[in-house]
Amino acid sequence: MADLTLNGIKVEDTFAEAFDVAGTAIIVTNDTPKWAMIAATVMTGFATSVIGCGAEAGIDAELSPEETPDGRPGVRILLFGFEPNGLKDQLLKRVGQCILTCPGTACYAGVEGPHKIKLGGAIRYFGDGFAVAKRLPDATGKMRRYWRIPVMDGEFLCEDSTRAVDGAVGGGNLLFLGRKHADTLIVAEIAVEAAKAVPGAILPFPGGIVRSGSKVGGRTKGMMASTNDAYCPTLKGRAGSALPPECGVVLEIVIDALTSQGVAESMRAALHASTEIGAKYGLVAVTAGNYGGNLGRHHYHLRDLLEKPAA
Amino acid sequence: MSTLRLRGAPPERIDLLNVTPLALKGLSEAEAGKLTVGTSRRGVSLGDLFDISLDGSDTLVIEGGSDRLDRVGAALSEGAIRVEGDVGQRLGEGMAGGTLTVSGSAGPFAATGATGGTITIEGDAGDHAGGAVYAAKAGLDGAILIIKGKAGDQLGDRMRRGIILAGSAGAQTASRMIAGTIVVSGSIGDHPGYGMRRGTLIAGGHGALLPTFVETGTPDLVYVRLLAQTLKRLGAAQTGLLGGALRRYSGDLATLGKGEMFVPA
Repeated sequence: MADLTLNGIKVEDTFAEAFDVAGTAIIVTNDTPKWAMIAATVMTGFATSVIGCGAEAGIDAELSPEETPDGRPGVRILLFGFEPNGLKDQLLKRVGQCILTCPGTACYAGVEGPHKIKLGGAIRYFGDGFAVAKRLPDATGKMRRYWRIPVMDGEFLCEDSTRAVDGAVGGGNLLFLGRKHADTLIVAEIAVEAAKAVPGAILPFPGGIVRSGSKVGGRTKGMMASTNDAYCPTLKGRAGSALPPECGVVLEIVIDALTSQGVAESMRAALHASTEIGAKYGLVAVTAGNYGGNLGRHHYHLRDLLEKPAA
Repeated sequence: MSTLRLRGAPPERIDLLNVTPLALKGLSEAEAGKLTVGTSRRGVSLGDLFDISLDGSDTLVIEGGSDRLDRVGAALSEGAIRVEGDVGQRLGEGMAGGTLTVSGSAGPFAATGATGGTITIEGDAGDHAGGAVYAAKAGLDGAILIIKGKAGDQLGDRMRRGIILAGSAGAQTASRMIAGTIVVSGSIGDHPGYGMRRGTLIAGGHGALLPTFVETGTPDLVYVRLLAQTLKRLGAAQTGLLGGALRRYSGDLATLGKGEMFVPA
């Protein structure tokens, strides 16, 4: 199969394999952008991989006061899990431990969808019977229910429920094969910024980047996943290595989004952004991870992403 | 736009429960004229009192009001009714949706039991606006009631949910309130929140307070900001009241005590 090129950088003619996941969103507001971001950062901590963390989460966007329900600065957080029940459990734990506890914070539903997930409706029990519910119309005239839970700095205001969407996808990815670690990190960082700019998409790994890409199973009994030895530069030259001799480092970005189109557009933006500066930073090639196409029903062929993203 | 033009003062109290755009939609003018609207043995019909002009639209205008026109827009579920003049008691009783506007004043029990939609009274409202009628479980029950003028006593009595906005109000505003929100830009009378269980009352000033309300300081609550955003979208004159510091009272501690009253600090 002939390899592709984009901006002079080799792009392997392969595909990223991604999975159906349960996805939801919340909006967190505070008196200052700083404290809204603190709450959001804490809530999305330890949420890199659904296998080990129970959920994948990230910050979708910073919101201006005009974009939030209470007219304060805010942050939109996306949360993904294997299925709606697990997602609900993770959402409540994270809102209960990270948003409720953060000074000044309020919490609202961040997405419309067919499945209701209790938010304030469950956390209100922290109010020990002193919590009260209020119903107010939103900007569209739809009535929304909020819980006001007395806390030591006043009240924690939390919307009764948020929604889970159908069609969320987790596991879109790109692998950047570079020469030097520092240079390849810059390429990956630029790709992350481009991918994050697509609304409704997050990159849950540290800084959006993962260095420990995995394959299914392993030689040790019971391992669900183990290191992606084909892309480890210290294992170059062995049978099964996928790396060319000049490659000294591989960094991966992983993308979750509320829609399949979101994953595709996010990958497209990252692919173009990375190859545009790739030559300057010694980028050897861009590829994507898959499991042969048998595990996930979403396949994002890099060939289909070569067209420029819409401005 | 369909029109009902009142020819003169009604000879008795008139019940307009079944006169809505939806009810009139499938009727000819002659059929609509036969609808019984009287409340005595005389059998007064709609055609006896009004010149009727129907075009099947979802907007009905009643030209010429009277304080004998009761239950205008009651059970309205969609569409719009506008009354050019005054109306009697129980305006919009049990209304579920749509918009109901009165250019004049309304009698007692306006919006009682209304679960949805918006009711606007451009003049004054009588006692018990948004309040429960006798033996009813609740007054206003989810709708938005806007009174641009003065409201009478016991505004929002046993109100369960929804929003009431008023220019000023009489005594015992929010009495026995179950839940919901009342915002009065001007002053309210004595003993606000008498028997209030839950709910929020915000007023520009007040008469004598009950001893069963306790001050809880001047907290800057997110709920007040959220309410301010809502009122801003409604274009409510009361929005400005929420911009400054508000002193909060909690009560009525003689009952459940989860209600609250805010006044400018």
